[in-house]
Amino acid sequence: MQLFEKQVDRYFRIFFLLFLLVLLGGITLFAFVSRPQYTEVGYSPIQPVAYSHKLHAGNLGMDCRYCHIGVEQSAHAGIPPSEVCMNCHARVKKDSPRLAKIRESYETGQPVNWVRIHRLPDYVHFNHRAHVLAGVSCVSCHGRVDQMVEVRQVQPLSMAWCLDCHRNPAPSLRPPELVTRLDWQPDRDPTEIGRELMARRGIKPPTNCSACHR
Amino acid sequence: MSEHARKYWRSLSEAAGDPEFRRWLEREFPEHASEWVGSRRALLKLMAASFGLAGLTACRRPEERILPFSKGVEGYVPGRPLYYASIMTLGGLSTGVLVETHEGRPTKIEGNPEHPASRGAATAFVQASVLSLYDPDRSRAVLRVGRRSSWEEFEAFIASHMKAAGKGEGLRVVSGAIGSPSLADLRAFLLERFPAARWIEYEPLGREAEAAGAELAFGRPLQPQYRFDQADVIVSLDADFLGLDCLAPVWIRQYAERRRADSMNRLYVVETGYSLTGANADHRWRARPSEVGEVARYLSRQLGLGGLKAPDPGAPKWLTAIVRDLERHRGRCLVLAGPRQPASVHALVHWINYELGNAGRTVYYTEPVVRTGAEGLQRLAEEAEAGEVKTLVILGANPVYNAPADVAFADLMRRVPLTIHLGQEPDETAALATWHLPEAHYLESWGDGRAADGTAAIQQPTIAPLFGGRTAAEVIALLADYPQRRSYDIVRQYWLRQWKGREAERAWAQALHDGVISGTEFRAVAVSPDPRRLQALLAQAPGKSEDLELQFHPSSSTYDGRFANNGWLQEAPDPITKLTWDNAACMSPATARSLRVESGDVVELEAGGRRIAAPVWILPGHADGAVSIALGYGRTRCGRVGNRVGHNPYPLRTLNTQGFLRGLQVRKTGRRYPLVTTQEHHSMEGRPLVREATLEEFRAQPDFARKPDGKVDAFSLFREHSYSQGHQWGMVVDLNACIGCNACVLACQAENNIPIVGKDQVRRGREMHWIRLDRYFVGEPDDPQIAWQPVACQHCELAPCETVCPVAATNHSPEGLNDMAYNRCIGTRYCANNCPYKVRRFNFLDYHKGLQEVEKMVYNPDVTVRMRGVMEKCTYCVQRIEEKKVQAKAEGRPLRDGEILTACQQTCPAQAIVFGDVNDPDSRVSRLKRDPRNYSLLASLNTRPRTSYLARLRNPNPELAAEEGS
Repeated sequence: MQLFEKQVDRYFRIFFLLFLLVLLGGITLFAFVSRPQYTEVGYSPIQPVAYSHKLHAGNLGMDCRYCHIGVEQSAHAGIPPSEVCMNCHARVKKDSPRLAKIRESYETGQPVNWVRIHRLPDYVHFNHRAHVLAGVSCVSCHGRVDQMVEVRQVQPLSMAWCLDCHRNPAPSLRPPELVTRLDWQPDRDPTEIGRELMARRGIKPPTNCSACHR
Repeated sequence: MSEHARKYWRSLSEAAGDPEFRRWLEREFPEHASEWVGSRRALLKLMAASFGLAGLTACRRPEERILPFSKGVEGYVPGRPLYYASIMTLGGLSTGVLVETHEGRPTKIEGNPEHPASRGAATAFVQASVLSLYDPDRSRAVLRVGRRSSWEEFEAFIASHMKAAGKGEGLRVVSGAIGSPSLADLRAFLLERFPAARWIEYEPLGREAEAAGAELAFGRPLQPQYRFDQADVIVSLDADFLGLDCLAPVWIRQYAERRRADSMNRLYVVETGYSLTGANADHRWRARPSEVGEVARYLSRQLGLGGLKAPDPGAPKWLTAIVRDLERHRGRCLVLAGPRQPASVHALVHWINYELGNAGRTVYYTEPVVRTGAEGLQRLAEEAEAGEVKTLVILGANPVYNAPADVAFADLMRRVPLTIHLGQEPDETAALATWHLPEAHYLESWGDGRAADGTAAIQQPTIAPLFGGRTAAEVIALLADYPQRRSYDIVRQYWLRQWKGREAERAWAQALHDGVISGTEFRAVAVSPDPRRLQALLAQAPGKSEDLELQFHPSSSTYDGRFANNGWLQEAPDPITKLTWDNAACMSPATARSLRVESGDVVELEAGGRRIAAPVWILPGHADGAVSIALGYGRTRCGRVGNRVGHNPYPLRTLNTQGFLRGLQVRKTGRRYPLVTTQEHHSMEGRPLVREATLEEFRAQPDFARKPDGKVDAFSLFREHSYSQGHQWGMVVDLNACIGCNACVLACQAENNIPIVGKDQVRRGREMHWIRLDRYFVGEPDDPQIAWQPVACQHCELAPCETVCPVAATNHSPEGLNDMAYNRCIGTRYCANNCPYKVRRFNFLDYHKGLQEVEKMVYNPDVTVRMRGVMEKCTYCVQRIEEKKVQAKAEGRPLRDGEILTACQQTCPAQAIVFGDVNDPDSRVSRLKRDPRNYSLLASLNTRPRTSYLARLRNPNPELAAEEGS
């Protein structure tokens, strides 16, 4: 007795092949779109205080290091204590409702809950100090923060992206005193400048595992 | 060379060629490693769950917050560690430490190079003390008869209570040894206010016998201060001065510095158990505890003390040899007795040293830094019996657990109407106290203390009290209504009074900065022995008996029990027995045979009508006719880690048998107890790994260790790396300096976030320590010698692990490090299988899971916390290398030799570990690699390890060596 017709077997084969194709395609698509340049880039959460980097760093021309003091001394650039805001805002816009949380923090001693934007996994040990002192500008990883009203992530911060630069650092290097000049434009080929800096300062970015993974 | 013909073995079953041991070795992985999921059904279930959960990964990462300070802190930059100079006190004596803090959390303790007791070294106890700070089982609240109360209520209560205290007739205070000058000052204040009160200092591991011996010999209680660096010949009578009887890490350094071939000292040890000191001896004899005193008497007579030069024809030959060696080195030798020996033995030893001209040279005497005594407890018990004690204050001590059994402290407490207990744990004593007060950890509080030589230093906090603890000084200030109430004020005011004048503030700042107050060490006291009293000691000869004897010694893990809830220490294998998470009744193979017991048999130990049960451990080299047991186990109320771990020997220990007891009865119970030891784990199967020679052999053939262990096949299938450029890191471990103390193992654990796995996991061979301290027995099982070898990743230039990793998770760095990328590892364990040194450790389970937040505070943020399923191993502390490289680069200078210290190297009290750049021919590590004693492990495999070893030397007495060789 035959329960199924002969063609069923063929249909089944075609269906199975299609299923496999869709599955494979789905996985490929998923892997493709879940790369950091799609999932991470553009992240721009709402911060508890609407601080505008464009106003402070761009229009007013404040140096990055006025607030991010750790960048030349430590692995972390650091988020400034509320006290730093109050250096100016004790006088400037001292009653602005947008600064209420800063004033409250300054008075109560409770921290402001900033939302982290640039995040690396726990097994990655990035050191701001090493990069800034070598002449890698803030702009290389963080973009034109001086033009952002709300900071967003502009680079994927993926391992491949890190290695792109570690393998070919010259285009991203500049004299260390200019690292916080986000609008700086080299007057000649940046690769040439980078090569000279590498030779003079002995810059050899590591590409081995323990450079970042410890 | 005959050395290589000697047999090295780790356990009795290995020595005997037990087939069970072969089976253990030949398993590709330790127990249960190859069993993953029980069945096909379980596998399918897991797969289904994985598919289901896979969909969730598309969600965005969780939102993270950054919380900066409200107001900045001067000198603090987020991400940069801060270091504070402080002290850690154990048994009333302190040692200088530097505390590394990250974002306000102390994470790592190092020795303070400026402090004379430390000189940069830290012991295992110091290293592990930071874990105790974050112990979630610590006491968290003031308790009044077990119910939650508060400090305010206690303050109100004690203020009204003390008003009625009169002259303090019923007031008694029990504390540990007090070395702190400010607390001693406060005690004087209290006793002045309440003249009828009494203060008892009790330490279960006190050193009363030493001072009492000096009183017998010199007429006053004095503390001997040793100068091991000045001694050519050292005779230790059951004194474990390198191990658990060591009062200052600097002792080990002084000793190790004199192990160099050009000025090598000689160490004779007579002892009962096998101690670290015995393991490092050039000659060692086994003796029952009571026979050790006999040796002291022999020595005195043979040396002709008190004008009685009466060579004893019955004296064994080795004693005569020692005597001749001592006489040849007058003024340059040292005899010392252990704290377990009675005062009479100490008196004789003091006398011997005096007569040999050692006093003032290798040993000098000072006023004791601490004065403890168990007798005070006895009187307290009598007073309590008579109902005279109304208020009993117990400060930072746990006498219910560790007081002599015949004091019956628990009964004593029940007879006192008001008992106040201050302690870090809600422990055995707290359970019986009317009031229990949480005590602050030393990393949380102000204080001061004195080192063994009297040097004072300030203890400064590195974190605010986590659980609202206060110090003993603060409690006494409440009791005595002292003008200052906070520890900071008490300590500061005390020292400002000492210094006086305008310079006082400066001196205070300097003391905090340096971590030591210079010029405060105790002055040497001139001594002269009283021969009449000493002759009386010589005359008394205790009757010989064939009774079994039981010796009590400190534990390498819990000390006297106070570290019982510290998982790092509990899991650290005992240096000699390699037992973890347990103590045992150790005895020699011969004693075990005569008692018809085996390792793991539970026996009942009985003496004087008291009895305890304990498992037997057969320890090669133990004295016959004696049993020794480590104190500090079998706690019932210390916390989740240490409760009911091991067996408590305190119930056998009485006022008169603090060191050892005679007349021990051992009865077999027929029960078995699982003891877990790491001695057979990760064996390298009898290859010549430890190499040693005598000093004479070394002089005849300096490169004896260079002899290859087999034919070296220098052909490699793989592309070789070029190591000619840049830094090339390497390490040398001097086996001649290494004393096997475990400090490196604990330092590595603290630095590298190494998890604790527990007794059951250790039984399966899954311990995670990156450094394995191999202990080899050499020679006959009854009386073997011991050799050490710390083994961590060897960082092979041609690393066998790298070539077998299917995902390239372990790779070579251009600086010669064998890198391990945890995030890439998929856990095949091929690398561990292919490692000839067995140094790779696999996370079989997620050992960091389920930890409370407070426990995570101990993590070093510079090192990844590894998850389940990844391999890990020594990294040469790559985080420290990178930190110093960035530092040097920032300062625009090349790295200096010795700037990078690995965690193990930094803490090593013997300075046995040297790390550096092997490409720099002038670096210390390069110079040591050119030493003729330098050799690599398993060189015949052509792995070219970056870690190499300097062969060990022994310096036997030629008179005795000839005899032993025959």
